[in-house]
Amino acid sequence: MEKLGAEQLSVKSAEMRKEILKMTTCAGSGHPGGSLSATDIVVALYYREMKHKPDNPLWGGRDKFVLSKGHACPLLYAVLADLGYFPKEELGKLRTLNSMLQGHPSSTKTPGIEISTGSLGQGLSVANGMALASKLDKSDSRIYCLLGDGELQEGQVWEAAMTSAHYKLDNLLAIVDFNRLQIDGFVEDVMGVEPIADKFSAFGWNSIEIDGHDFEEIISAFAKAKECTDKPTVIVAKTTKCKGVSFIENVCDYHGKTLTSEELQKAIGELDLVCNIETGEER
Amino acid sequence: MTEEIATREAYGEALALAGEKDNDVVVLDADLSKSTKSVSFQKKFPDRFFNIGIAEQDMIGTAAGLAASGKKVFASTFAVFAVGRTFDQIRNSIAYSMLPVKLAGSHAGLATGEDGASHQALEDIALMRTLPGMIVACPADGVETKSLVLKSLELENPLYIRLCRLKTPVIFGDKYSFEFGKGSVVEDGADVSIIATGIMLSKAMEASTLLKKEGINARIINMATIKPLDEDIVLKAASETGAIVTAEDHSIVGGLGGAVCELLSEKKPSSVKRVGVRDRFGESAPPEQLFEKYGLTATAIASAAKSALAEKDVQK
Ligand SMILES: Cc1ncc(C[n+]2csc(CCOP(=O)(O)OP(=O)(O)O)c2C)c(N)n1
Ligand SMILES: [Mg+2]
Repeated sequence: MEKLGAEQLSVKSAEMRKEILKMTTCAGSGHPGGSLSATDIVVALYYREMKHKPDNPLWGGRDKFVLSKGHACPLLYAVLADLGYFPKEELGKLRTLNSMLQGHPSSTKTPGIEISTGSLGQGLSVANGMALASKLDKSDSRIYCLLGDGELQEGQVWEAAMTSAHYKLDNLLAIVDFNRLQIDGFVEDVMGVEPIADKFSAFGWNSIEIDGHDFEEIISAFAKAKECTDKPTVIVAKTTKCKGVSFIENVCDYHGKTLTSEELQKAIGELDLVCNIETGEER
Repeated sequence: MTEEIATREAYGEALALAGEKDNDVVVLDADLSKSTKSVSFQKKFPDRFFNIGIAEQDMIGTAAGLAASGKKVFASTFAVFAVGRTFDQIRNSIAYSMLPVKLAGSHAGLATGEDGASHQALEDIALMRTLPGMIVACPADGVETKSLVLKSLELENPLYIRLCRLKTPVIFGDKYSFEFGKGSVVEDGADVSIIATGIMLSKAMEASTLLKKEGINARIINMATIKPLDEDIVLKAASETGAIVTAEDHSIVGGLGGAVCELLSEKKPSSVKRVGVRDRFGESAPPEQLFEKYGLTATAIASAAKSALAEKDVQK
């Protein structure tokens, strides 16, 4: 697969953001906020960083992605459909009866989903298991795990953080979507989790802090993670919840609220602007 | 039109009333206060509300500590996380220590709808039933929920309250008073008994109307307390009607149906049909479509009643 560069990645992200908004508005429920904040990271993973084969989802040599913050699955569905893991028409059936696209990821129903998630705090432990298996198999398969900042409040995350460091899982990369919001408000007000990078460092991790919407920084952090041996790496990515749609950015309610059809048109207009500027097309 | 309110909404309103009545009431939540409606208490009594964040196990331990110090604690989150994520903490810190913590699990059952299987608790009644001393309650409407919450202030046992996200019809009048451990006959009948819990009570009542058209008179029993089970009302129903149907938005394994079968198989073997989710996970879809697909409708209850009746006749 061709690896996209920073500019192409930002166009791809704008396209994926449109899909996320369309499918959640169409479903009338789902989680736009945390999907939009993590779009740039997940797009960089799937279109540049990870080894994987959309036409052979279970290919043995693949890298694996664990979406620990499972509610952000509209993002993952948009990416998997765009890459051809399943037909794009499925996106219109999100959350409907008998659909392969469940409200939270289901590994038994959707090609490309490595593990069922949705109950927060469990993904990093699963990623550790995959990373240990990869080492046992002497495979060069790497494991990527995306967590929410609110999700870090789950104790299991820190149990897992100890395991990753204890077993020197340098084939594991955890990424924290540091968008500062959870459901009941700002993370800082509900139950503070900072300093995040320092906490992971104290647990024996290699910690990197970046702007999670800057592709140059994302790409260089991925490279640094690969250079680090004998330690797991965490990227603490500063992001904006609902990134890309000016009128809902940082608005807490849009964690789990969808756009109306008028709002959707307005949002698509804003995102089209990004697509066109980046590709230099006429509007 | 019949009035509708979600039991979680009534829970929030009742918490605010409880807070007024009793200064020892303390409420905890785990980043879902707007969904469980514990936010109604938070608004009135911010000093007695603690958001523990997305840390359900920690919330249960904190509740145990508060209860051990004399506080009347309610801890709420979605039912899957309230009792699934936290089973060992509930077992050891709360039940084994016999602390009167009140756990509220909202968004129980297929009624949760579009969020899908990961968020639809279908085994919470079963889990809580296994714990010695634990009272398990699933109110049928908003009125019953309020009465139950206010009466729970006097309990010495731990309590699990199962709540629903969906708006459902109000069944009981303002004067209704809930009693722990007591079922109640909502409609009398002598041909078959339908024992329902939670949001299935209104569907059981609809089923009764359907059955009447076919000349079958069903006794409808509301079983809002699943543990301790009202044995007398079940045994009486078995003796007098001879055929029993149970109805719950929960797995048929270990819930109301399980409890009724355990009792009857020891004390009065009878013809029983269980309406519930048949040992499978749920999925994403609007609740009504799920009820249809998984057989949790008035029609399904009515046909279960007819087959229970048919088997009773064979047994005679
Ligand atoms: C164990 C568990 N508890 C509660 C929830 C309900 N829930 C879903 S998303 C969410 C907030 C997540 O916040 P964060 O991790 O910061 O995610 P993001 O901001 O990226 O959406 C909560 C509490 C859940 N899914 N799992
Ligand atoms: Mg967040």
